[in-house]
Amino acid sequence: MERIKALEQITKQLEDELVICNIGFPSRELYHVKDSSKHFYMLGSMGMASSIGLGLALAQKRKVIVFDGDGSLLMNLGSLVTIYNQSPENLVLVALDNECYGSTGNQCTYSSSTDLKMVAEGVGFKNTALYQESLEEIDFTPVLRMEGPIFVHVKVKAGNASVPVIPMEPEEIKERFMGEVQGN
Amino acid sequence: MDSSQAVFNGLKKAGIDFVVSVPCVNLGKIMELVDCDPDMTHVPVTREEEGFGIAAGAYMGGKKPAILMQNSGLGNSVNVLASLFKLYQFPILMIISHRGTDGEFMGAQIPMGEATTGILDTLEIAYINPKTPEEALKLIPESWLLADLGGSPLGILLEISFW
Repeated sequence: MERIKALEQITKQLEDELVICNIGFPSRELYHVKDSSKHFYMLGSMGMASSIGLGLALAQKRKVIVFDGDGSLLMNLGSLVTIYNQSPENLVLVALDNECYGSTGNQCTYSSSTDLKMVAEGVGFKNTALYQESLEEIDFTPVLRMEGPIFVHVKVKAGNASVPVIPMEPEEIKERFMGEVQGN
Repeated sequence: MDSSQAVFNGLKKAGIDFVVSVPCVNLGKIMELVDCDPDMTHVPVTREEEGFGIAAGAYMGGKKPAILMQNSGLGNSVNVLASLFKLYQFPILMIISHRGTDGEFMGAQIPMGEATTGILDTLEIAYINPKTPEEALKLIPESWLLADLGGSPLGILLEISFW
């Protein structure tokens, strides 16, 4: 499955959840398949998606879904340790793993040989899920029923969809999202 | 007044209710005070950069964040400060133990100690240097107002002589 299809299928099954989406093509693809005030799109700070999601999950009660990538997760692996030890019940960390740095020209990451789900389990995560690349459909219901923190490993094909950049200013993304979160 | 207690009281007066931290020997007592406060969430982190990400998320969830760190952590956080905090205009109070300043006993701390204000200047992040506990107590709440209003991090540099 392509990453854009995984984003589309998972997002379709969400209702009230807040979404933090990783820098680069993942955010562009998510914006393209579905834009929402419940989405926070990252435009910089590679590696920080899971951390932003953790802070948001600890600060309020709504469920938070983070769309992270293999390269960015590897850049901030300590985040898994902090998430497990803080143990927010309302956090779902989705690693969209295409085994490469997709936004910079598909250079390989180490995730083809280092299994990120096993890393999460080694850190202590009790609830994990795996969706193989060969799947045609993603049924996200079991994940949404689990207690967090949850690590969801979604293997996807390398490559980016041909979608434009997000036509929103950073502050506009933040203000709209904060209005949604804080009910303003 | 005790210097650690003054910084903590300043944070309370500023309304800070979410603190991320990486320890420094000079910050130990403040960390204990934060831990004992039922109205503050304290998240110890593995690296300062991660702490800034967590603080940005907490701010969007309605919290007022601060980070406790050594100045070495500033070096670990340059990109997140530029391409998350400055880009999206997130506020945060940075309580920084400024090692490598007058009275430093460890030579290894000096290069980063000397680079610290230059990094903040380059990032266009304002900072203050309270010299006494009384100054810290007065300036920390005012600094949060400035950070929040300006949508920017603000540094509170606490040199070795402060403690």
